Order: sequence, then C-alpha cells, then structure tokens
Amino acid sequence: MTLLEARDLHVGFASHGRRARAVDGVNLAVGEGEIVALVGESGCGKTTLARTLLGLERPTSGSVLYGGAPLAYSSRALKAYRREVQLVLQDPMGSLNPRHTVYEAVAEGPRIHRLTGERELVAEALSRAGLRPPERFLDSFPHQLSGGQRQRVVIAGALALNPRLLIADEPVASLDASVRGEILALLLRLRADLGLSALVVTHDLGLAWNIADRVAVMYLGRIVETGPVEQVLTAPSHPYTQALLSVLPESPAPVILAGEPPDATRVPGGCRFHPRCQVLAGGAAAEAGVDSACRSQALTVLPASPEAHTACHYAAR
Amino acid sequence: MSLLELRDVAVSYRIPAGEVPAVRGVSLSLAPGEALGLAGESGSGKSTLAMALLRLLPRDAEVTGEILLDGEDVLAMKWGRLRAVRWASASMVFQGAQHALNPVRRIEDQIAEPMLVHGLATPAEAKRRVAELLEQVGLPAWRARGYSHELSGGQRQRVMIAMALACSPRLIIADEPTTALDVMIQAQVLQLMRSLIAEHEVSLIMISHDLSVLASMCDRLAIMYAGRIVESGPAHEVFAGASHPYSRALAAAFPTVGDPASRLAPQGLGGDPPDPLHLPTGCSFHPRCPVAGPDCASAEVELWPANPSGSHTAACVNVRSEVAP
Repeated sequence: MTLLEARDLHVGFASHGRRARAVDGVNLAVGEGEIVALVGESGCGKTTLARTLLGLERPTSGSVLYGGAPLAYSSRALKAYRREVQLVLQDPMGSLNPRHTVYEAVAEGPRIHRLTGERELVAEALSRAGLRPPERFLDSFPHQLSGGQRQRVVIAGALALNPRLLIADEPVASLDASVRGEILALLLRLRADLGLSALVVTHDLGLAWNIADRVAVMYLGRIVETGPVEQVLTAPSHPYTQALLSVLPESPAPVILAGEPPDATRVPGGCRFHPRCQVLAGGAAAEAGVDSACRSQALTVLPASPEAHTACHYAAR
Repeated sequence: MSLLELRDVAVSYRIPAGEVPAVRGVSLSLAPGEALGLAGESGSGKSTLAMALLRLLPRDAEVTGEILLDGEDVLAMKWGRLRAVRWASASMVFQGAQHALNPVRRIEDQIAEPMLVHGLATPAEAKRRVAELLEQVGLPAWRARGYSHELSGGQRQRVMIAMALACSPRLIIADEPTTALDVMIQAQVLQLMRSLIAEHEVSLIMISHDLSVLASMCDRLAIMYAGRIVESGPAHEVFAGASHPYSRALAAAFPTVGDPASRLAPQGLGGDPPDPLHLPTGCSFHPRCPVAGPDCASAEVELWPANPSGSHTAACVNVRSEVAP
C-alpha cells in the first residue's frame, strides 16, 4: 500500500530574477514498510522534494498525497501530519540545541502534541534508537555524546511521536565510517520492528545498496531512473546513473562527467542531461539515431510504480 | 633516501585535567613520489599527526620524537627556516575549503601569496603562475579576480590545490580533501590530484576515514587507532585483506555496490573510540574488538609482520601468532 506519494510535483523559486525549477515534474511513492533512497548531486532538487513531501514547501503545481488523501496546508492539518511523517536531519550537532539535555530534546515532540506519559515515551524512543539504558543518557548534553550517539538522539526525537514514515536527509554524511553502519542498521531494525517506512535522501549510492528497497535517481529536478535497488545499481540503464556508479572508488572504468551539476534556472531543452551525457558525446546516441531526440525532444515524467523506469531516449530505443 | 621520516612521534595536549595523548609514538617513512593514505576515526590522531608535520598545532600541544623532512628535523627548525619549509617544501590542503580560504581576498592574491612571501616570484611572474595554476586545476582564468563565496565547493577545493602547488613543494599533505563533496565532484578532484602528483612527482599524505578512496589514490595505507598506527602496508593488501580487526571494520563500512554480502546488511563497529585520558589496558582496541581473546586486555601489542616480506605489518596478537616462526 502506498503511504506517501508525490504526483506530478513541481516546486519553483525566484532566484536572482529568474525562475528556478527545483522540482520539475516528479512522481514518487513510498509504500508501507518500504525504504526508498532518493539519490542525486547537490542542487538536483532532492532536498526541495523532501521538504515539499514534509509540507515545509508548497508545490507550485501537482500534489502530495498521504494515505491517498491530498495534503492539507492548514496549520492544524500539518501538525497532525507531522506526527506521522518525521524529519531526521543531517549534522546532529547543528540540529540539537547545545543547552538542552537529551531528555528535553526528545521530549519536545510529545510536548508540542500534548501527549501523556512523556517520560515513558522518551525512555522508549531512546532505547529504540539504541541508547540503552535510556536513564544513562537522559541528563547528558549533546557535547558529552559522540557523533553516533547524537545522531541516535535525533532519531529518538523523531521516534517519540510514533511516526509511520521517516524522511532522513543524509543521515550518515557527517558521521565516521565506523558509526555509519550502526546508524544504517538502526533504520533497518526500526523497519523490521515497527514497520517504519523511510525516504532517505543522499548522494551516497553505497547507502542505497546497504538499506533501500528502491532507488530513485534525480537530476536537475526530475527523476531520471527508478526501480528496485538490485536492478538499478547493478544494471543501470540511464547514462547518468551509469556515470555515478562508475566513479565509485573500486569501479574499473570511471566516466567522470565534466562541470558542475547544472543550474535549475537554465534547464536545457530536450533531455535535460544531454549537455553532459557521455553516450551522446561518445557518438553512441548518433549511431542509434536518437541524437536529435536527445537534443530537442523532452522526455515524459516517469510514473511512480515500483518497476524499473528510465527517462532516456537512448535506453528506450 | 626517504623524503619524510617520522621517528617515534608523540603529541599530547595539555588541558586542566592533565595531558591528553593524541598521538602515541608513530614511526613511518615516505619515499619521494610515494602516496601514503592515513585512515582512522575522529579522534584517532590522524589530523593531529598531519598538523604536527609542519608544526601547525596550537601552543598547548607538545610534540616529541623526530620529524625528518629531507633529513632535517622539523621540530628543531628555527622559526625562519620553518617558514621557508612551509608551502615551499611541504604544503597542506585542508578539509573544508570554505573556512580555509579568506573570504575578503581575491582568489589570485591568495594563490600568489606564498610565492611572494617566499621571494620565489616577482608580482608579474606570480600573476602568470596563478593563471597557469588555475588552468592546471581546471578553473577558468577569469575566476582569479573573484572571491571564494562565488565558487562551488568543488571549485574551492581546486583553489586549495592550486595554492598547495604554487611553490612546487615536494610533499603535499591533504586532510580529507574530498569530504563534503558530491561523488562526481569528488571524482573530478581525485582525478586532478592523481594527475598532478604523477606530473610533478610530488609525494602525498592523504587523510580520510574512507578507506576505499584512500586505496584508490595511495601506494600505501596506514591505519590509526587511539593515537597509534595499528596496521600499515601496500594499499590494496590492507584494503582487501586487512589483518587488524579494526582495519577490517573500516574497510567494510563503505560497501561495494553490487556485493551481495553488504546488500541490506550495513556493517558498523559497535562502541565508541576510547577516551585518551583513560585508555584501555593491553591492546587499546580490545573493548570493541569482535575477535578479542582473553589475553588482549593485558597483551603488549606492537606492529608485527603480516606478510612474508614484512612490508605489511599489523598490531594484533593474532598476526603475531600466525606469522611468527
């Protein structure tokens, strides 16, 4: 069953007098008990998409559906929504108040929602997040904890409201290698124990391989390839996904794309990846007779269904 | 002769509660043109060690041992000599380029500064050299007149590399040069570093907690834990066939995409790095070690040979019992 869905979502901003199309037509669904990785480079729109799914940004057009019903933007409706869908931020040092104890940090959610049994909720959330026994941590301040423990406190803060879905933005990017696996294992355990779904926003393909069921690769406001992790990450069909995988440290033949991720105020015509595409530049697209389509013919928005899909003229030939 | 040789280097920080040992006796050598990767968790002492090489640590840090750069002890150098060595013989690429660059000075002035300070170039020559360096690191020449806030993270890191190359040093120390960068930008920066090092025959010490990145860049790897090197050897041997359980945990932390063993099975290492004021007895790693035996809490560990030639060493009692005659 689909829990959270983006339907033909567009989010735009004014940027230096121009219009930035940060999210430019996205269909995406997260099912119950499912972990989906949203992968892309800085500036591809993945964080804007996540914020819009949380109701923190309003879509320019299209809609966010939770449990099949469109999101309502009244403050009462959003408050109820955020009990169910919780955000886990990167950089726990930045998202925890240095002058609040662990207890206060985790109790904030239950207080806002006026839940009873605050102490029990906090203790249970801490122990679910792997901080055991919880009593040992209640009175600690963030600076007394290690990086991994801080990230567990942030996760406990989200768990205290008993949500059904976590949206985690780079949950391990600022953590040490040794702690990284522990936090990822925690997300998998929460899914197993509580049936908790997750949308994990990351630029780390190894993370997707470690914990996600499905992956969606985003480029310049659109999802360019999506499908089951095994299929997309071992047999990628979009040249962009192929390039991202090829630059992982142990890969034999890296395809290093030149330049920075492009500008959402200047989305190229045709396939939006064509100015950097190695398949087009290498002549393979011309051989297949799709090069003019690559340059001039826009691609349709991929559906949110669980099967593998690719937005590429060359892959579709 | 080695370009850099460390003999029993130790660094401790003086704090009100006592002396905190951050680096506890590190010996290693680096040949000209060689690339060494230094890996470990936060608090393992890897950045402290790197900063100690050029005496960049704050005053409350005490450094002992010998740091021989081209045979000359950095720790015994007079201030003027040390200034001459910094940038010109050995330079540093810091992590977090947005904080390491001066926000109110033009890019070209920052790159030219070490050349002018060291009297290696006239202002006109420095200007030409800056243009040349920017081209080498793949930045358009017009960026020279700009400021660091106008650049992306990858571009700032390229500026840092241009600065490090400016005085043609023989050694570059790079502390997490690609952390916080996107995968594609990381690949661009690493490719650039690789080609510049090969072209200029520079030696490199690269620090990271990502073993897979280090293994792809370096000839040799040294793994640090609680202020000591616990394993050292040829990069691929250490990465793919680590002898120390801590190195194995670090190597497994970054999965190989496509490897069925890591699919839906993230691997971490339980516990936290030890408190340097209260180090565990015996092998410092034993409280977190998945294969610790009854003797590990009391055994004195040192780097024992882990392969027949002795080019690979590890400080684990299991290695001693396996390879020792």
